[in-house]
Amino acid sequence: MQQEFKQSIDKAIHNKNLTGALGKFSEAYKVNRAKAYEGIDFEALRSTIAERKGYAAAHVDELCATFKKNAEANGAKVFQTKDPAAVRDYILQVAKENNVKTVVKSKSMATEEIHLNPFLEKEGIDVGETDLGEWIIQLAGQTPSHMVMPAIHLTKEEVSDLFSKEIDERLTSDIPRLVKVAREQLREKFLQADMGISGANIAVAETGSIVIVTNEGNARLVTSLPKIHIAVVGIEKLVESFSDIVPILRALPRSATAQLLTSYVTMISGQTPNEEGSMKNLHIVLMDNRRTEMASDPVFKEAMQCIRCASCLNVCPIFRLVGGHVFGKVYTGGIGTILTAWYDEMKSSEDIQGLCIQCGACKDVCPGKIDIPGLIMEIRRRLVKEQGIPMLQKSIFAVVNNRRLFHSMLRAASVAGKPFTKGKFIRHLPLFLADLTDGRSLPAIAPKPFRDVFQKIKQPSLPEKAVFYAGCLIDFAYPEMGTAIVEILNKAGIEVVFPEKQTCCGAPARYNGAYEVAAKNAEDNIEALLEQSDATYVISACPTCTVALDHEFIQTFESIGKTENVPRAKELAAKTIDFSTLVKKLVDEGRLTLKEGQQLGKITYHDSCHLKRTLKADQPPRELLTKAGYEMEEMFECDTCCGMGGSYSLKLPEISGSILTRKLTNIKNTGAPLVAMDCPGCVMQIRGGMDQDGSDIAVCHTAELIAKRLKDD
Amino acid sequence: MYDQFRTKAEGVSAEVHRFQTQTEAMDFILEFMKQENVSDTPNQYAVWAQCPFLEQADKGKVSDVNGLYFDINRERANQARVGISQVDWALADTGTLVQDASAIDKRLVSTLPSIHIALLPSSAVLPDMASWLSCVNPKNTGYISMITGPSRTADIERVLTIGVHGPERLVIVCVDELGGDN
Ligand code: SF4
Ligand code: SF4
Repeated sequence: MQQEFKQSIDKAIHNKNLTGALGKFSEAYKVNRAKAYEGIDFEALRSTIAERKGYAAAHVDELCATFKKNAEANGAKVFQTKDPAAVRDYILQVAKENNVKTVVKSKSMATEEIHLNPFLEKEGIDVGETDLGEWIIQLAGQTPSHMVMPAIHLTKEEVSDLFSKEIDERLTSDIPRLVKVAREQLREKFLQADMGISGANIAVAETGSIVIVTNEGNARLVTSLPKIHIAVVGIEKLVESFSDIVPILRALPRSATAQLLTSYVTMISGQTPNEEGSMKNLHIVLMDNRRTEMASDPVFKEAMQCIRCASCLNVCPIFRLVGGHVFGKVYTGGIGTILTAWYDEMKSSEDIQGLCIQCGACKDVCPGKIDIPGLIMEIRRRLVKEQGIPMLQKSIFAVVNNRRLFHSMLRAASVAGKPFTKGKFIRHLPLFLADLTDGRSLPAIAPKPFRDVFQKIKQPSLPEKAVFYAGCLIDFAYPEMGTAIVEILNKAGIEVVFPEKQTCCGAPARYNGAYEVAAKNAEDNIEALLEQSDATYVISACPTCTVALDHEFIQTFESIGKTENVPRAKELAAKTIDFSTLVKKLVDEGRLTLKEGQQLGKITYHDSCHLKRTLKADQPPRELLTKAGYEMEEMFECDTCCGMGGSYSLKLPEISGSILTRKLTNIKNTGAPLVAMDCPGCVMQIRGGMDQDGSDIAVCHTAELIAKRLKDD
Repeated sequence: MYDQFRTKAEGVSAEVHRFQTQTEAMDFILEFMKQENVSDTPNQYAVWAQCPFLEQADKGKVSDVNGLYFDINRERANQARVGISQVDWALADTGTLVQDASAIDKRLVSTLPSIHIALLPSSAVLPDMASWLSCVNPKNTGYISMITGPSRTADIERVLTIGVHGPERLVIVCVDELGGDN
């Protein structure tokens, strides 16, 4: 990781204005967005958008041709090119031919992408951004930090300083007054400008129309006052028919700013007369810049479904912490990582792709139905394929896959760290885990891994069998969770089998892009876990592992072309079930009975990312705990990531630490003395955080709590 | 449907009035201009774009108003306090006005002055955008404007502020008697 990148993260995290503004905004956003979507079937809506945009991406050449034909029939000149330099040259040429001195622009990410402003300015043309946020950014000499709210990182005091300098008059930070100043200043520019440059939010092939949404009304002026209008349109904006604008315009304002519709929607379908009767000189540039290539990539074609609403930024726990500038100069956040990898180059995303903690929050809200974390994983995979895995990581994976060696190394490290051990935690770990102890105590490594403990457990011989998959953390750090699970299942009349040959689920390798390693893990596990062919279930109490067994083994094989392994992977997936879902089912079936009449007091519950968003199992643990006699006190942002993210906390400890602090505060604010969760990784993160904090709030896996609450018969 | 339109439009800070006859609507507009001190001085003009309402109106009444212009250019519109135009449809579910704005005058009067009065035939309120699609053929409608409330921004510290580049007030005048396309 580059030093510079680390520094930019550091700077962002310590920028109180930024984290404050983004934090407040993201909290309000969630509520407002939900309100804006009231009465709308979001799943149906986004399926329609995904289908329509997916269709357009698959037929992009055809749609470009149809658009060109129809727009030209209405008097527009359409210029299509793959090359960003050709876009700049074309615009300059039109400007020169018409003796253009000044340009007004409404917001356009496409022109940001090709760095149009500095190019035109070098040619002596005055370029004025007119979107208030963009204008502020331009005055500040910065780049936008958010696709929809470019200047969200600046305070009103900073804005008033910028404006004061611009108009040479001392202004206060009164926002309505600042907006007035902008209106007056920019009004003159609008009236004088020789050319208007806009982007477009949608381009309709069937009618040759471009659709622009704004709130300020600047696009209306940019497209109406100057005699020349050039619209720069990325070809991912194309849709087939005019009716396709309906679902997009229903979702875009709701997702972007929680509005039912923006103040203005402008649809331009050809030349219209200017004031003195001449016709508007209208140019539409269809810009490719690797979009066609993207559209024909079997995985990344999905990114063409993006409608640039930026809601993936608004819900991202990382974005709200570090803001846009850490991500780069043009596109930011999760989708920005993907777009940068394509429109710039794969290598530019090397550092920023690591920012994604794979929590999946963005995927849930994306109106284009894009698997953003999935695509980021694919970038990782391709980067690793190209560049190989760093040596250190390679040796870690080698160790991780040798279970007994891994355990004894961890154990050795934990014993070596003994002088620093306090209770159940180690303060310092040597080796590669050293960074992990920052702000969080690590669990002491159990003297005996679960695989050895298991051999000593006396189970009755029972007719029904279930295979238990422990995963690294239960095996090595929390064997007591494994013991609790065996106890519970035995009570339900199920005998637990623990295949010795099970190994790491491959998530660490996969999340680092090392798909070959992950595939080897998958193969070994499939063999081990399916060996007991009469087992009804393969149960896991770690959602990351469950997701691996249930989904990712298949995906890993598919992405590297090992499709011959897919049927066995599917067989395993069919048997895989997470702890709480299974136990809830057993309780419902009357095979397990919880003790009655218990009053256990308040508890709060933390949703683990994978359990909630991939496995959709946020309710079973809550129902179990409530049934057991706990009084559920929901915390604020219960389903926001805890910052663990496997090795993420190792690579970006500052970000992970800040996210954890937030989580701890939310837990404490409930007043509950106990917090439950279904993931040993979250337990490790949150328990460690509470310990460092000196808090006495108990942090438990649901399994540990339920084991104590079952009737004996 | 009208009620839904009104609720939604008011929800985004538009002002909505409804009149049965054109005469009543005209009286309202004349009174409105008076209240806003429309006069023949820069920044106090009113500009009114050609529209069916105006064609059917009693010319005598409007020609008396000092500072009200029908002959529109950007300088005059820029110095106008009030701009008046007729819109063609409205969408109830979002409180949106829709206008065939191919004529530049309609855009000048609805973008540059600080107040925009939009005349709307009451019968032109449609349920939503999907039902509007069949009303228009973009191929022969060069410029369509959808307007939902006044101009707004939240670009400084996310604080909602009304009236950036466009009007800070949107006054919708629904007229029952005014025949529309519908
Ligand atoms: S998966 Fe989570 S961390 Fe990654 S981009 Fe999406 S919201 Fe951000
Ligand atoms: S990826 Fe999805 S959520 Fe993000 S900007 Fe695009 S459409 Fe919006």
